[in-house]
Formats: sequence, structure tokens, C-alpha cells
Amino acid sequence: MSRILGWLAALGLAAGMIMAFGVAPREVTQGNVQRIMYLHVPTVLVAYLAFAVVFVASIAYLWRRDPAADRLAHASAEVGVLFTGLTIAAGAIWGKPTWGTWWTWDARLTSVAILFVMYLGYLLLRGMIEDGERAARYSAVVGIVAALDIPLVHFSVYWWRTLHQPPSMLKPGPASMPEGILAALLVNVAAFALLYAYFVAKRVIVLRREEEVLA
Amino acid sequence: MTYAQRAFIVLWKDVVTERRSKATLNALLFFSLMLLFLFQFTLGGDRERLVSALPGLLWLGFVLSGLVGLGRTFLLERENDCWDGLLLTPGDKSAIYLGKVAGNLLLMLVVEVILLALFALFFNVDVARALPALSLVLPLGTVGFAAVGTLFAVMTAHVRAREVLFPVLLLPVEVPVLLASVKATEAALAGEPLSAVAPWLQLLVAADVVYLVAGVLTFDALLEG
Repeated sequence: MSRILGWLAALGLAAGMIMAFGVAPREVTQGNVQRIMYLHVPTVLVAYLAFAVVFVASIAYLWRRDPAADRLAHASAEVGVLFTGLTIAAGAIWGKPTWGTWWTWDARLTSVAILFVMYLGYLLLRGMIEDGERAARYSAVVGIVAALDIPLVHFSVYWWRTLHQPPSMLKPGPASMPEGILAALLVNVAAFALLYAYFVAKRVIVLRREEEVLA
Repeated sequence: MTYAQRAFIVLWKDVVTERRSKATLNALLFFSLMLLFLFQFTLGGDRERLVSALPGLLWLGFVLSGLVGLGRTFLLERENDCWDGLLLTPGDKSAIYLGKVAGNLLLMLVVEVILLALFALFFNVDVARALPALSLVLPLGTVGFAAVGTLFAVMTAHVRAREVLFPVLLLPVEVPVLLASVKATEAALAGEPLSAVAPWLQLLVAADVVYLVAGVLTFDALLEG
């Protein structure tokens, strides 16, 4: 199962590369730098998907106490943090030539950064509890609270920035997307979603074997 | 015994313990006094800079002293081996949670009022006219802190390196509460009507409700074992 996912993800990523560098047109104002978007946008979308999975799996764990739900939440949180980190790194690399700065306290940047820190804390908590069952219960609670906090973080950070300064100069990306760009983006989103599924499937297997060894 | 009574008993026990030992409150008061000194040392004598930074500084003080206080929520039960007593309480365990939240809320509010008075005294800030607005903003913001802080304090009571882990878990989650509270306090201290920051207050109320409901629903899962 995970092997098939792996090959699909590899194929998808290859197709995504071809689309991003071959098919998609060169963006007029930003030039080739804009192609970072084909990494940046898919990773952030998949990161949100990952945290949604953590939320659902955490509720499922507290409900049924099924260790499989906990393993899914654990794996998904790890991949989500990885993808959030990739998003921030890719965004910074894009931001330097485009905005002239690696980082700015823009609403979206800030809320993704808070998300990153929040789930890093989640993984930190997991690492600090030896008892597996307790780690599962505690992190399920944090996974639920963190997910409920995401909309609050978004609203507050958005108001915090927009009440201060208009976002006119920091509007990322092209206003309207030509078809080639949109198609390349969608292929990459699918590819990264497959990569996420592959990572999670693999990680779940590793976690299960760890538990078997320790049991 | 009703649910409310059970919550009240937990609160009462903590209040009586605290009144007799004064351990947490004394430490927190000295801590906030030190914070005031630090703010003065780092910002220097520039009054204008201080006044513009005041809402943020005020909440920074509340948050830092709150972290110290909230982290100790279940320490007494741990140290005196009363954890099993809590576990054996009959009925819905979330009553314990609400009692503990109320206790933390009370403790934080006392510290906040004193810190506010010290600010007014040492930095010559006129807080009197902002008091009606602040008496709404401070409790709203503090409920958000106490609700999540109490929940996370259960976990970190059982974890090694809890002093590090507790703030690392709590602070990112509290960003919305912190932003909203600072904005509302800013308006209150500037003498603006609270209606000017109505969206922030609504966000605070929404956050408080979300956190409290999440706490009541998940607390039981934290207590077992």
C-alpha cells in the first residue's frame, strides 16, 4: 500500500516539476522566482490538511481509545510541521527577491508561523512523555485545542495587521492566474498531497513497529 | 452535591490554602514588582515611549506572572499526593476543572489589579478613567488564559522539564487572546469607547467560550491515571 503511494507521489512530483518548469509560462513581473509558488502553495495547503487530520484523529482517539488513531495523529502532525517549515522556508526565499526581505510580520506569515510553533510544541510534548498511553491522551487534547485555535489565530492576526496598514504592497502572487500556471499549481498540489499520504503511511508503520518492540 | 457545588468546593479549598500559606501570591507579587523594575531599566526614562508601550507591557506582565501562577495549579496535589483524591471525586470531573479555572482566574485578577496599581503609581499613568473599560477587558482576557492554562497545567504537572514545556505549549495558543486584550486595553487607556474595539471584544468572548468548552470536554481524559 505505502509502496504504491510512494511511486504515485514520485510520479506526481516528477509531473509537477515538468509542469512548473516546462509547461507553466514565465510570470511577467516576477520572472522565474514566481515558480517557487509551485512548492510554497501546495506545502501550505497540505500542512492545513495534515493539521485537520490531527484534529479528527485526536477526537477519534479520545472517543475510541484506538492506538491506531493516535499513531495517525502523531504521524500527521510530524509531516504537517515539516510541510509548514518548507512553506516558511520557500516563502522566505521567494520574499527576498520579490519583497526585498526574508520575513515581514504580514498577517498570513504571522499566522503560519504561530501554527508552526504551536505544533512544534505538540511534538515536544510527545517527546517528553515516556508512557505511550499518557502521551496519546495528552497530545490528543493539545491537538484538539490547537486546531480550534487556528481560526481564532487567523482572525486576530488578520485584524491586527490590517487595522495597522493596508495590505496593498504585500499582496503575494499574481492577481489572476493564467491557465498554465493554475494547471501546474493543481498538479503540484495533488503531488504533495500524495507525498503527504506516503510519509504518513510510512511513519504510521514505523510507529507501530516501535510500539511492538517496546511492548 | 450539585455540579456547581463541587466546582465551588475545589475553588474554596484552593482559596483557603492560598490564604493560609500565601505562597503563590507573595511570590507573584514580588515577581511583578521585579517586572516593573525591568521595564523601567530596559525602556529608560522616555515617558512617551513608555506610555505608547504601556498596554503591551501591562499584558506582558500579566502573562509572565500568569505563567508562573498557572504552572503551579496542580503542584500542590502532586507534592502532597492528593492526586488520587482528585481522581476519586465522584461525578463529572470537569467540575474540578471549572473550580481550578475559577481559582486561577481569581489569583491572576488579584495580581493584575495590584500590577495595574503599581503601574499607575510608578509610571504616573492615569488609569482611573479607564477603570470601567478595564474591568471588562481584564476578566475577559484572563478567562482565556486561565481556561487553557489550567488544562495544560494538568499535563505539564506529569512531565519532566515542565517549566519549559508549559510556556512553550501555552503561549502560541494564547496569541489571539493576547492580541485582542492588548488592543482593547490600548483603547481603554486612550479613553476611547469600547465600541471602537467591539470586534476584538467579540473575539475575546468567542475565544473564552471555545477554550472553556474544550477544557470541560477534554479534562476527563487528562485526569485518568
